[in-house]
Amino acid sequence: MEKLLQYAFTGLAAGSLYALVALGIVLIYRSTRVLNFAHGDIATLATFVAFSLLSSEYSFPVAFLGSLLVGAAVGIAFYFGVLVRAQREGANLLGMVILTLGLALIIQGVVVWWWGAEPTSLPFPISDTKTYKVGLVVMSQLALATLAAGLVGSLLLYLLVQKTRLGLAMRATSENLMAAQTLGIPTRMVLSVSWGAASALGVVAGIFLAPALLLDPFFMLDPFLKGFAAAVLGGLNSLPGAVVGALILGVAESLTGAYLTIQFKNTLAFLVIIVVLLLRPEGLLGKEFKERV
Amino acid sequence: MDLVESYAQDLRFARKSFTRALLGLVLLAVVAFPWVAPDYMVFIATLVALYSIGVMGQNILIGYTGQISFGQAGFLAIGAFAFGHLRIWGAPFLLALVGAGTVAALAGILVGFPSLRLKGPYLAIATLGFGVAVYQIFVNWEVLSGGRSGLAIAKLKPMLGLSPVRYEYYVYVLLLAGFTLATYNLVSSYVGRAFVAIRDADIAAEVNGVNLTRYKLLSFAISSFYTGVHGALYAQVLGHIEPQIFNILESITLFVAVIIGGVASIEGSILGALFVILVPKVFSNFREMVPVVYGVTILLVLIFEPLGLFGRWLKTRLYFQLWPFR
Repeated sequence: MEKLLQYAFTGLAAGSLYALVALGIVLIYRSTRVLNFAHGDIATLATFVAFSLLSSEYSFPVAFLGSLLVGAAVGIAFYFGVLVRAQREGANLLGMVILTLGLALIIQGVVVWWWGAEPTSLPFPISDTKTYKVGLVVMSQLALATLAAGLVGSLLLYLLVQKTRLGLAMRATSENLMAAQTLGIPTRMVLSVSWGAASALGVVAGIFLAPALLLDPFFMLDPFLKGFAAAVLGGLNSLPGAVVGALILGVAESLTGAYLTIQFKNTLAFLVIIVVLLLRPEGLLGKEFKERV
Repeated sequence: MDLVESYAQDLRFARKSFTRALLGLVLLAVVAFPWVAPDYMVFIATLVALYSIGVMGQNILIGYTGQISFGQAGFLAIGAFAFGHLRIWGAPFLLALVGAGTVAALAGILVGFPSLRLKGPYLAIATLGFGVAVYQIFVNWEVLSGGRSGLAIAKLKPMLGLSPVRYEYYVYVLLLAGFTLATYNLVSSYVGRAFVAIRDADIAAEVNGVNLTRYKLLSFAISSFYTGVHGALYAQVLGHIEPQIFNILESITLFVAVIIGGVASIEGSILGALFVILVPKVFSNFREMVPVVYGVTILLVLIFEPLGLFGRWLKTRLYFQLWPFR
């Protein structure tokens, strides 16, 4: 029982970071129908920026904010600089997905070129060795902070989307682009906000993942794929679904590692993707998508 | 004017005598190449030949049938390891090659089943998941992957008194020629037309009597057969395989080759393979810039030249044909 609770808690902490990644993916998918394959790489770039800022003696909050801004700026710049242009040239959805892949490759190259491929560690103010014992479960400071980051990030996004005028515009735009344009909503601006917010969420996940993993140019690949799996599990067009899916995935993964097999722990996410897509392609909380000829 | 008046004419490989002469020249150059170029260049040409087969297979799936797959590295790994084990058990080269292709094709049918219900980005994720899952299974399952030291594969014994490098080159180029001819025939047959119909509007195709299940699965099977053969040939060239070779970057490289070479074009597939082989060689001193070159080229291609390198060639040719008018 103790062991179960302990692993469930570890899983929840990991799942809350997957949730941040998944929320970013879903936010972009809902508003522009584009699957952003560069999501993980934008986060990697911004985390490395945070690393550089910390190395040159800036305080942690400054580095954190700076990297958030960089991540959001890259997302917005990509939207205006490339996607809008491509749309003007008549690119289809598939083309835009491939464009994000191109961005991912560019960022990868730049990160390797600027920071090198050797793994480094991010100096992080929260330690993962200091622990608290709550009930039966031992919680490290880092795991608690991770959980808090996930919850706060999700909550802020919820408030933005559901309680503000901007959020209303975002929902309208993702519901029906044409109608939103007709009603005078500046859809490009709204969509660029979606890209910026999504990238910033990914950056938060990246910064909280960096102390647990080593910081190398590909460290976000795995969490990014897990976030994808979580988004698919919850439903690609549902924001609450992303959080639910991510938490389920995190716990399931942690329990698989504890009780079944440690080697194939990471394979689980991909089995989940394939099974969910086969049985219920719209995901747990997603809406069914209809199609016309 | 260049009118096609009958199906037989449409099937003909080269319609004009000029095209025939050009084709002959290209063939002559390909045959003479290993006798004038240094061994290193011949080796690179061998790589291009084997990559072309894989890119062609990927192009059948992406370009002609319109099903995205980011999991090609999975099929590559399956083909390569099936080939490796068959060779170790003593199967001759060609038999092992067919075996590798067949095993990959069976895996392709398995992956194809989700494609019956999934479209576009969803299929991309499912296949990406497949690629990563296969990678992790090979990394963790030592019986399949030969453990930490990998599988060693015996080199081909050269015949006809050729040097090993030249012999390998000729074998691979012959295989490429065979696959190219097969692909041409495939895409101009009713099967190829069914693929294109599925790509352009699958529901409309189904209404018109194209059996979606059969043709989507067939497309996956054919494409992964090509990719399996690519994996096997790659394993043969390397002489030693381990699971780390077939990572997600390999899937992305194949995908990039299709997009840059030109979707739905066989010549484009070969150009794309040439691109992804030559760019890392040219930038060998700035390895980290290779993904940047890929990425920038993708952005440029998709925004300015959606048909890729082959589209550019078509436009250039048209320009000279119409000169001095435009």
